[in-house]
Parts: sequence; C-alpha cells; structure tokens
Amino acid sequence: MKRLTALLLASVILSSAAFANDEQINIYSYRQPFLIEPITDVFTEETGIEVNILYVKAGIAKRLEREGKYSPADLVLTSDFNRLLEITDKGLTQTNQQMQTSDVIPAQFKDSEGHWFALTKRVRAVYASKSRVADTADITYENLSSAQYKGRICTRSGKHPYNVSLVASMIAHHGKNYTKDWLLALKNNLARKPQGNDRGQAKAIKEGLCDLSLGNSYYFGKMLMDEKQKSWANAVRLVFPNQQDRGSHINISGMAMTKYAPHKKNTQQLMAFLTSDKAQSLYAEINMEYPVNPNVEPSELVKSWGEFKADDIALTEIVKHRQTAYKLLDEVKFDL
Amino acid sequence: MNNNKWLIWAWATSIALILPTAFLLLQSLTPDTALFEHLWATVLTDYIITTLQLVGLVLFFSSVFALPTAWLVAMCDFPARRYLQWLLMLPLAMPAYVIAYIYTDLFDFSGPIQRTLRVLFQSDVAIGEQWFFDIRNVFGASLMLSLVLFPYLYLIARTAFLEQGAHLFQVSRGLGQTPWQSFRRVALPLCRPAIVVGLMFIGAEALGDFATVHYFSVNTLTTAVYDSWLGHGSLSAAAKISILMLVSVFAILAIERWQRGRQRFYHKYTGQSVLFKLQGWRAKIAFLYCASLVIAGFILPLIILAGYAIDYASFETDGQLGKVLLQTVWLALLVAVITTFLGVLFAFTTRLSSQKTVSWPLKISGLSYMMPSTVLAIAVLIMMTLFETKINDALIAFGYDAPGLFLSGTLTALVFAFVVRFQAVANGTIETGFLTVSPSLDMATKSLGKSDTKLLFGVHVPLIKKSLFTAMLLVFIESMKELPAALLLRPFNFDTLATYLYQYVSDEQLEQAALAAILIVLAGLYPVIRLTKTSGAN
Repeated sequence: MKRLTALLLASVILSSAAFANDEQINIYSYRQPFLIEPITDVFTEETGIEVNILYVKAGIAKRLEREGKYSPADLVLTSDFNRLLEITDKGLTQTNQQMQTSDVIPAQFKDSEGHWFALTKRVRAVYASKSRVADTADITYENLSSAQYKGRICTRSGKHPYNVSLVASMIAHHGKNYTKDWLLALKNNLARKPQGNDRGQAKAIKEGLCDLSLGNSYYFGKMLMDEKQKSWANAVRLVFPNQQDRGSHINISGMAMTKYAPHKKNTQQLMAFLTSDKAQSLYAEINMEYPVNPNVEPSELVKSWGEFKADDIALTEIVKHRQTAYKLLDEVKFDL
Repeated sequence: MNNNKWLIWAWATSIALILPTAFLLLQSLTPDTALFEHLWATVLTDYIITTLQLVGLVLFFSSVFALPTAWLVAMCDFPARRYLQWLLMLPLAMPAYVIAYIYTDLFDFSGPIQRTLRVLFQSDVAIGEQWFFDIRNVFGASLMLSLVLFPYLYLIARTAFLEQGAHLFQVSRGLGQTPWQSFRRVALPLCRPAIVVGLMFIGAEALGDFATVHYFSVNTLTTAVYDSWLGHGSLSAAAKISILMLVSVFAILAIERWQRGRQRFYHKYTGQSVLFKLQGWRAKIAFLYCASLVIAGFILPLIILAGYAIDYASFETDGQLGKVLLQTVWLALLVAVITTFLGVLFAFTTRLSSQKTVSWPLKISGLSYMMPSTVLAIAVLIMMTLFETKINDALIAFGYDAPGLFLSGTLTALVFAFVVRFQAVANGTIETGFLTVSPSLDMATKSLGKSDTKLLFGVHVPLIKKSLFTAMLLVFIESMKELPAALLLRPFNFDTLATYLYQYVSDEQLEQAALAAILIVLAGLYPVIRLTKTSGAN
C-alpha cells in the first residue's frame, strides 16, 4: 500500500512538474493529432518550443469552463466554427491584438475583437453520382428536399457539427419554420438512416445505394489519395451548391487563445506560425483545405475542382441559430 | 487494527467512490427541466425503446452464445473441447467497436458480402432497385456487442456448471427426463444466481457502450446523455437521464431478487465428473457451434486487422505505439491492483461482523458500475475541478504558489474514474472468493489471539489467491478496453491504446491504426487465457 501510494504521488508530481516547463504549448484540439502534428512538428523544429496536443472528442468548452484560471491549455483548435464560437461566447478566450491587426486573415474569417481566427476553409459540398445525376448546375441545399430526389440522398448524422452548421445557416437565411419543413422533406428523401462519415456516403453512391450526398470538399481530395477509397471519389462529382444564388455554405477550422493561457508568448508565436505562408501551404497540401491566408494558393488538386461562389453571410450570424438547429434535428427525428 | 479501524477505512473509501454518482444524483434534482421536457417531447421515447431493444437483444444473444457452449465444454466431450474451452474466452480481448468496424466493412451495402450476393442473384436488377440489408441498426449493434461480451457469461456459467457436477443431471436423466429437459429444468435453474451476475455485467456494458452504438448510428440513452451535456449544454438533463437509467437497472435487479425469493443454492460438487461423450453429428454440431463463435468473435477479425496492418502500418504513424502500449499496461495494472486491494478491504470488513450495516461499503462501492462511463467521467471532471479550484485559491490566499490542476490535469483523475467504474468487477469476484472460506477458520485464528491483520494476510489471502488473481485479470482487461472515460480524462501526452485507436476510428479510418487494435487484442490475450485456467480446475 505504501509503495502504491508513493507511486501514485510520484506520478502526480512528475506529470504536474512536466507542465511547468516554459518552452512549450498545450493545445486542446477537436482535430485529430495526425492532421496537425505534421505542421506543429515544423514549428517545434524552428523554435524549439514543444507542442503538446490533447485530442478531445467533445466538450472542450465545458472542460475549460470547469478548469477556470488553472487550466493548462493555451490554445484551442476546432474543426468547425460553431464550437470555436461556443468557446469565445462563453468568455473562455483572450484577444490576440497583433494577429487581429495584421492582414494575413481576411476580416470575414476572424473575430472583430481578435478572440478567434480561422485557419482553413472548407465547403459543405454535394457529392453527385457521375453516372446518375446529369445536371448538377442548379443543385441547391434547398432543392435537395424536392420530390425528384426521393430515396436518392445519403448523409452522415444530422447532429454532426458540419451538418448542424449547415442547418443553422438555413435558419439564418430562411427562418425556423422553413428550415423545419426542409429538414422533414430532406429526411423523407433519404435512402437510408443517417450514418457513417462523409466518405461513407461517396462509397454508397458508388455502389448505387443513393445518388447524392452532403460532403466536405477536402474529404473528396483525401479519398483520391487513398488507394482503397479512390474508386469511391471517382464515382462522384464534387458539386458546389447554390452557385446561382447566395453561394455554398462555408465552414472553417480555427483557433483561439484561452483566457488563462500559461504560455501566452509562445502561443502568440504559434498562432502567427499557423497562419504563415509556410504552415498554410502545408494545410493546403496535406489536408486539401482552402487556406485562409490569401497569399497561399490551394493545392493543385483542389484548384482543379474549379472556382466557386461562397456564401458570405457572417459566421456569427449562423452561430446564433446553433441551439435552434440542434432542437429542430430532435423535433424532426432526423437521425432516427 | 481493530474492527473499527477496518470499518472506518472501508466507509471512507467507499464514500469516495460513490461521490461522482451522488453528485449526479444531486444535479438531477435541480429544478431546471426545460431541456428534459424538450427531449421528452421529441426523441426520448425513441431512445428508451432503442435502449431496451439493445440491452434485451444483447442479453438474448449472449445467452444463446454463452450458455450452450459453457454447458458443452463443462459437461460433454467432443473434438477439440480442451482447446475450445479457453479459445471461447478470446473474443473478450476484442473491443466491440473494432469488430463493429470490421463487420460493417464486410456486411455493408458496399462490402464484399452484399456485393457478391448482388452479383450472384440480382445482376439483372437495376442499380438502386436491389434488395439490401442494413447492419447498422440495433440488431447489428447487439450482435457485435454480444460477440465480444458473451465470454463473461460463458466464464461464469462454465464455472457454475463445473461446480454443479454431473450427478444431479444423471439423477434427472434417471427419472426419465430427456437431456434437454434436464438442462432446462435442473442445470439452468441451479445456476441462476451465477447467470444473473453474468448477465448483469453484460447488460451494464451494453447500456454504457458509446463507441459501437455511435458507429452504428443507434441512438440509446447514452447518446441522449452525451447530447444533453455537449449538444444542448445541460448537465441537469444529462444527470436526470443517467439517474433514470440507474434506477431502472436497480428496479430490474430488485425484481429478480424478489422473484428468486428465499431460494438458496448451496450445492457444491467437489469430485471429478465424468464427461458425457458426444458421438457422430452431435459431436460435429457441438464443435462447429463453439468453433464458429471463436472464429466470428476473434479469429476472423484478427486476420482482417492483420491485413489492414500489412497495408497501412508505417513507422511514421505507429512509431509511438510502444510508448502508448506501456502507458496502457501500466494504467491497467495500477487500476487492477487498487480495485483488488479495495475489494479485499470491503469484503473483509463485511466478514468481521454479522451486523448488516458493515456490508454497505461493499455494496455502495459497486453501484457506479451501472453508470455509463461517459457520465461518470463528466462527474469526476466536475468534482475534481471544483475541489482543485478551492485548494488553489486557498493556497494563493496564504501566499503559496498555485499547484494547478493536480488531480484533473494528471493521471489521478483517470485512475480514480477507472477505479470507480470497475470496483464492482473486483468486488464480485472477491466476495465470492471469501464465501468459500469457512467461518470456523476465522474463529480458530481469533482464539489463538491473532489480530485481524494476521487473519486477513495469514489465512484469508492465501486461501483466496485465485479469486484475487481473477479479479485483477478482469479489471485489467476492462481497463485496457475502456474508452469514454479515458477519452475525457486523460492528461497531456498520455494515450491509452483505446484512445489512440479512437482518433482514427472516429474518422472511420481504423485501417490506419490497425496495429494499435492488434496490440489491444494481444495485450488482453494473456490475461484472458489465464482467466480460463484459474477458473475451473480441468
């Protein structure tokens, strides 16, 4: 028992001592480490600052709230803006003035007070079967609910952050009642209960289970790079919806410095690095996302998908409807 | 130590272990009902029905898998029985979400099985018109969970059948009952307490499962809890739902107890039973049934994992797996040792006095096993941060440096949550172990003037070594596979194999981390095999 207690105590002391070290940064991340480590590794190489990433599946805002001023976290990385703004709205972040005033990130993709910053953009696109959907020019989110697509649509869970964002943007544009009807009609058009991830939908289209699905743009690129998944991507066309009117729904991955960041200076340095030309082109090449830094071009592959018109509604407008979107998804039993 | 000291320790630790659940109970009583009403008006009924279906089906499938196989290997002789009796334990080493992933790949609409069926039977049917079956539903999820959970019941039932011996069965045959009637009317009822314990374990696992049901888009009450806290931001609703789950489980257990009434099952057979030799088609069917479970629950998934690993493993991504493996094994061992130690403390205290209240620590400390581990982890996190903030504030007020999050920011939180969750597993095994030690030994030791400590370490512990070892093995295996709590509570730079694997599985890319999955299975293999050897003498 004594030995055990000693072991426990030692482990506690050791692990807390490790984080007193100054030359490091602690990140709470919704993005999987294998997506960001290639980029932070370059940062560590250049600066000698060690980057600790804790991959969290859900609940970063809750955790920060509970940890309060003793939280070890310096920076939060998210894969969507709803959860990014959830953190800033709760007052869990601090400003980074230096970044706010620099013009590396266009105004639409950063907080006017400097609390949050986008890192990459991604389009909530539509995958359409190459062989069974002829005309893709007038595909809109709205008409996915029309009778012509009865039994032809696949999607992942409605409650996935990417879909919640899309639903919230529909509420922002059309109001709650319209969106509820739209969701109901969309649900009726589904070929199967919402399941799997975005890639799984492309796979289902390839097999003929459905003809259209919602899917993020970069997954399309990721599938092309994977031997096994290549044929799924080749079976579909990447379609940017709503090109005739407001443009396609854009989501962002982003970052925010925590209110009580223990390594503030390092964090500012990392934030600057992540938006630099170097890191942004890594994001573009490795993850097939659209860089926010206007100096950096998307990868060749991403460029080959063509130019598109993006919905330029303010992200903060969409976030206001997040809770309502979540409740609507319950009300229409979208996932059931 | 005198009796009182033992009792004080037992009470203190058991109260610490029940704190997270008690905290949730308090939270559930808050008057904030808006979200709960919204959920009740919309999806909650569906979630409840799905949960009942899931748990019901898992219990059903597990019984169908476990009871016949346990009976066959305990009572009958057929080809390869000696190997099958421990091979049947192997699926326990396989995490449910891993085989869920693998079987979805195989049986999905676009998987090889359905594709072949379409080519064979429906090649003339237009694309989009063909018949298909979906495995991502409550039926599929139950099947997956049962395939890896049934060994719990198998293990317990096999031991019970062995202890029952063959002669009661032979008496029943002699009275003109068919083998099937004897099994149903004599053997099964006698094993009822054991079977209930096994089913309780399995039911708790199914109820608390998050990864598998999530992957299969089956929305259970665990989903509702998760949604309420993280999607809708209401701890109160999450707590209400989890307490509701806890209460229903206890209601069911209470009904079972009541229905069992005052029946007692003292029979214990110690002699050597003669195995009933199966011949011809009977032997073949027995062999095939057992073997196919081993193949479906273990061998086939492992082969597929190996295939993935060959295609995808690279030093670049898997280089840190060695470290992760060590961290996992270390954590699982620590939790196993602590729970076993506490289990002994609780069971021993219960034995020291005939008063009813002394067994409360034992009972209380096991309650939290019935809570889904996501909820438990949330409660642990909230409690610890509350406590830490107070301590930090106080230290700063007295002019000291703030130590930071010395509990929730370190392994302590993780170890605590694991112990809270798995204490019931250790308790069950150790309690049973103590029952086999005759009370007269205690009296003899006492009359020789020996202390309680001498009694425990000199007499009891050597006698129940096997039970202690079994408890440790069970907790070790559980800790290796545990996911939700580890995901929520692990500190920086600490991954268990399960959390490492999950960052890929959550993106539906198990292939990339197949090596990690294989390591989980391999690390669990030794304990699982030992488990069979320690339970049941042959």
